[in-house]
Amino acid sequence: MHPILRNFRALLLYLSAWGPVSAILVYLFASLGGLTWERAIVLAIPLCTVYAFVCLSAWYTCRSMPAGNSSVWLAHLTAGGIASLLWILVARAFASGLSLIASFNGIDQQVSREYPLLFGSGVFLYLLAVALYYVLLSNEAAHDAAKRELEAQALARESELKALKTQVNPHFIFNCLNSISALTTSDPATAREMCIRLAEFLRKTLGLGEKSQIALREELDLVHAYLSVEQMRFGARLKLEESVELATLAYSVPPLLLQPLVENAIRHGIATLTEGGWIRLEIRNGEPGSLAINVENNFDPEAPRRAGANIGLKNVRQRVDAMYAKHAKFDVRAGEGRFQVSMQLPAQTA
Amino acid sequence: MKQDATIRAIIVDDEDLARQVIREMLKAHPEIEIVGECANGFDAVKTVAELKPELMFLDVQMPKLDGFEVLELIGNEVAVIFATAYDEHAIRAFEVHAVDYLLKPFRAERLSDALRRAKERIGKKPPAAPDQLAATARSGEYAERIVVKDGTRVHIFPAAKLDYAEAQDDYVALASQGKKYLKQQTISNLESSLDPKNFVRIHRSYLVNLERVARLEPYGKDSHIAILHDGGRLPVSRAGLARLKEFLGEKA
Repeated sequence: MHPILRNFRALLLYLSAWGPVSAILVYLFASLGGLTWERAIVLAIPLCTVYAFVCLSAWYTCRSMPAGNSSVWLAHLTAGGIASLLWILVARAFASGLSLIASFNGIDQQVSREYPLLFGSGVFLYLLAVALYYVLLSNEAAHDAAKRELEAQALARESELKALKTQVNPHFIFNCLNSISALTTSDPATAREMCIRLAEFLRKTLGLGEKSQIALREELDLVHAYLSVEQMRFGARLKLEESVELATLAYSVPPLLLQPLVENAIRHGIATLTEGGWIRLEIRNGEPGSLAINVENNFDPEAPRRAGANIGLKNVRQRVDAMYAKHAKFDVRAGEGRFQVSMQLPAQTA
Repeated sequence: MKQDATIRAIIVDDEDLARQVIREMLKAHPEIEIVGECANGFDAVKTVAELKPELMFLDVQMPKLDGFEVLELIGNEVAVIFATAYDEHAIRAFEVHAVDYLLKPFRAERLSDALRRAKERIGKKPPAAPDQLAATARSGEYAERIVVKDGTRVHIFPAAKLDYAEAQDDYVALASQGKKYLKQQTISNLESSLDPKNFVRIHRSYLVNLERVARLEPYGKDSHIAILHDGGRLPVSRAGLARLKEFLGEKA
């Protein structure tokens, strides 16, 4: 679509740009051609208006021929010449029409003396229009490229996030089912309770698949559902200390941000300690505009390394990087029997 | 005849409920007598040494020592049935001659199958020499730590802290930080479990940690001797010298 005909305001702006051009033509007619001001104005303004529309056609040649080599400019020069000749024909017809009016008698002869002037300014104006269109085109191209790049980035991020979407650790489910299997005969009521808690947790996680952001409150619900199951497996071995600033609950976070970290803390922390261990979960407003999350646990440094170590952690880290890029901080510290993951995320609300 | 009487078994799992389900299913098998339950690898090694059970139900992921490390330390006198939620250890379990591999959760019938196999195994000669049963390298991974049993005590140290190992009949003597530990394992088996970039077999009977080697000196007409940083001296065979030079050359 033509960039100037696309909307009315652009057309008005374009035509008003022809105002000064008409003024110059009036001046040229009057001073060089010796026309009276009245005649110059009556002649120049309609001619410029007509030529304004003729020059609109340059857009189509500009679009089909990218600027750059000299043959293109030769083509535009030719087109400009043709347009100017057309313009002269129009001027001639207009002038001879005007000359029928008594007060404009002889204007057609006056105009015919100005043909070289009309031709020269016609070509010049046409080329000016061509230059304008090339500016517009390159502007549009840059705009398009920027837009495409943004779209590509968004697409890449989305696919990355999709690929990184965590799923519940299947071993957790199998171990749970094994506990339930143990409880069915010895303690059916507890078995049922565990089934229900596991179902609650699974329902919450399965629903998250499509979302890219959830409220921190929801993520914490998920963590609690998960812990309520693990609590049944580990009993007194699992101790949780939780400190959550209420104001942070409405912030949006990627789903399954905390649960894998808590699961890690259990698998590589509490599960390695015969006497049990602790998990400390701290969530608060950090530096202005940021959400500070801290997950810490103790572990046995001499414990055998577990298979699949840190896959969950790596996944969370990659997702945070993909989602917030430089706007997030992610730190992992391990030492002296303590493991700590701390994050600073932009505090955003949905 | 006597073997049919009772089979003494222990259950090793860090989860109370996981032990409970095995205990309960074993009620249907009065010939199995549960003589002990352990919640971690240390306890398991100790209990095996003290009670000499014939059968062991063993989880893989546990505190202190994992199931495979336990197996490495107790030899092959005990028939082992693994019970774990992780299917990825199955191949390794059969490599170390486990009787069976139960995936949690399992049915009572599945446990009965495993018991039938265990009964076939128990009383027969152990399936393999202890060294083959021991530290089989996890596919593509090398041991990060070394576990040694000393009576009922278990020592664990990082593989990097092993200075050298010396073959002694059916055992290897492992030298680490001035101490020596004896382990029932062949030196070839130990060699294959360690990262070949760090440990080099310099002699039929010696494996050395490259980082401990200070220099080489000729010894006698045909052989060399490796001088360690702590002053220790180890014989180097001709083939060992070639291997060592290759590594030291690369390092230089």
